[in-house]
Amino acid sequence: MIPALLLIPVIAAVLSLIVRNDILRRIILIITAVSHTAITITAWSIEPKALWDGWLMLDKPGLLFLTITSVLFLACSFYAFGYLAGEAKSKKQDIEEGAIFTNAPEAIFCACVEGFLATMTLVTVSQHFGLLWVAMEATTLASAPLIYFHRHNRSLEATWKYLLICSVGIALALLGNFFMVIAATKPASQGTAIVLNTLIGQGHNLNIQWLKAAFLFFLVGYGTKMGLAPLHTWLPDAHSEAPSVISALLSGALLNCAFLGILRCYQVCGAAGEAQFCQGLLVLFGLISIGWAAIFILGQADYKRMLAYSSVEHVGILALGVGIGAGATFGAMLHAVNHSITKAMLFMTAGNIIAIYKTKTTNEVRGILSVAPITGVLWIAGFLAISGIPPFGIFVSEFTIVKAMIEQGRIGIAVAFLGILAVVFVGMSAAFLNMAQGPKNNDLQVKDRPAGAFTILPPLAFGALALMLGLYIPPVVDNLLHSVASAIGGY
Amino acid sequence: MIFLVLTNMMLLGLSRLGACIRMVALQGVALGFLPLILNDWDMEVHLVLFSIVIISLKGIVFPWMLNKTLRELSIQREVEPFIGYGISIIAGTIALVMCMWLSSRLPFPKPLMSPLIVPVAFFTIMSGLFLIISRKKALTQVLGYLVLENGIYAFGVALVRQQPMLVELGILLDIFVAVFVMGIAIFHINREFDHIDTDQLSRLRS
Repeated sequence: MIPALLLIPVIAAVLSLIVRNDILRRIILIITAVSHTAITITAWSIEPKALWDGWLMLDKPGLLFLTITSVLFLACSFYAFGYLAGEAKSKKQDIEEGAIFTNAPEAIFCACVEGFLATMTLVTVSQHFGLLWVAMEATTLASAPLIYFHRHNRSLEATWKYLLICSVGIALALLGNFFMVIAATKPASQGTAIVLNTLIGQGHNLNIQWLKAAFLFFLVGYGTKMGLAPLHTWLPDAHSEAPSVISALLSGALLNCAFLGILRCYQVCGAAGEAQFCQGLLVLFGLISIGWAAIFILGQADYKRMLAYSSVEHVGILALGVGIGAGATFGAMLHAVNHSITKAMLFMTAGNIIAIYKTKTTNEVRGILSVAPITGVLWIAGFLAISGIPPFGIFVSEFTIVKAMIEQGRIGIAVAFLGILAVVFVGMSAAFLNMAQGPKNNDLQVKDRPAGAFTILPPLAFGALALMLGLYIPPVVDNLLHSVASAIGGY
Repeated sequence: MIFLVLTNMMLLGLSRLGACIRMVALQGVALGFLPLILNDWDMEVHLVLFSIVIISLKGIVFPWMLNKTLRELSIQREVEPFIGYGISIIAGTIALVMCMWLSSRLPFPKPLMSPLIVPVAFFTIMSGLFLIISRKKALTQVLGYLVLENGIYAFGVALVRQQPMLVELGILLDIFVAVFVMGIAIFHINREFDHIDTDQLSRLRS
């Protein structure tokens, strides 16, 4: 099953480069996504066989993050189908500076997006830390051309920052890998393979000092990729300049995969009895990220950048949740699911808004509700969902995390957390509500791209999903989330 | 290993891009011989093969790719540092002393094959990071990234003898593709902006 998960996107990527017909290539993209999701769902009931002495194995955390990635990719592939059909082949005018630019060839887009899926799948199934590193760096390389899909100077700048900052960050995580090997080396024996289960089994025999150093480097390295402040500097640029469907994938799937890398190391530290040290760091980075994002969300003039900073805020909440531990671990895992779904929905809706208004500036968008009612409703719903208003899913996960904080008597952190969330809410509400309401702009031409079913249905479905997770979590999902939480030392 | 230190120092002080590329190539070759030297010329097939792969990649393929990029660009061949060459070298010397001190305090589970290798590896990592932040051109940032990787790799060779082949090859493949993609990006930056100075890539703020 694992080989199929990995090979299907790779084969599709190669096919995309060979096939000459655009429509056929888009159909390949959708087939890939559907079959990948189908196999992932099968993996929920039938546990896939481990490969290569357990190097490739789908454990519970892997399964959770694989499912998020796969479902997100499915929605994005449908959205991309509509998006690519709407993108003009010819030269276009830059929406901000008026310069003329072209898009990258569609074959490259499809091949890279499928390669991106393959590498993210490899991240979720890797049990060997070296292999995990290889997969993580590969995600950077597969996604860099996607950010540079619109070939103009701003997206190029974003791509360069993304490539360099993430590559350097991930290089530091490689040093963390080596530290981990040293931690596992005993004076007498030969070196051991740094496979997750072996390391957890050895637990207390690990060298604590080296393990702590390893965790630090993992946190900084993969934290760069995950977008924890102050290492997040590439994130707002990349998310705002990439096509919206790619932003959705980056924000909903890639950041989670990077988080999984940190969690793997955290699991080993937990087995060695050093969870407390890691939790302190995670709480620190989490709070910094949430606070930093809040500052930049206030008065942000570009709504896609605002969504990007909101991602920084939410990865901060993930780190904070795991850092608090106990019941908050479950909250953090639920939050990962909720945030992915909600943020993907928001980015896809933002893509639709850009298609209508041809601008990313918040002040120039007015009256979405009257221009495009469904998009307007989705935009408002997405805003309510992302700021944790009941009955949406994020409310439940944030509530779980706060509850755990109060149970542990960490009132100070809880108050700071809720305070910053309130600031974010105020900052976002001004922008989102102004965009949705107001009179219709008369000289606006909405005929350019009729919002087809392909670009409306995926965000609509995700909106419904976000709502459902707030009201009712299916027992299967609940069980998985709890077993993931217990695998990383919470409940 | 002394050779590695010297190449780092040269990189900090060199002003021509072409010379910098050659220096990184030399460093790559030296790095390729490192596993052989450290194992007392104990020739295992796997080790030798691996050395050959590294030397050909880091010593031939990367420099060739970077040189090709350099030729295609119509740019000044100067490095244009933010921090002058003299100060760079002084900073390098201080960093070297720091690394020596740091690694003398680290507890290692096994006796090292050579006491010098850890400080040298750390110093190479430091030099790489310094090159990335203190030089203006995108091409020198790629060189800095390569030096950083070389340092991390040297550290790995020194301490982790039994890395599985697959992972090592995967790491090399990643770096290869990274340099490839970065090369393409530089080419585009040059075409789009008529320069590859990263300090002018500053349109995206806040």
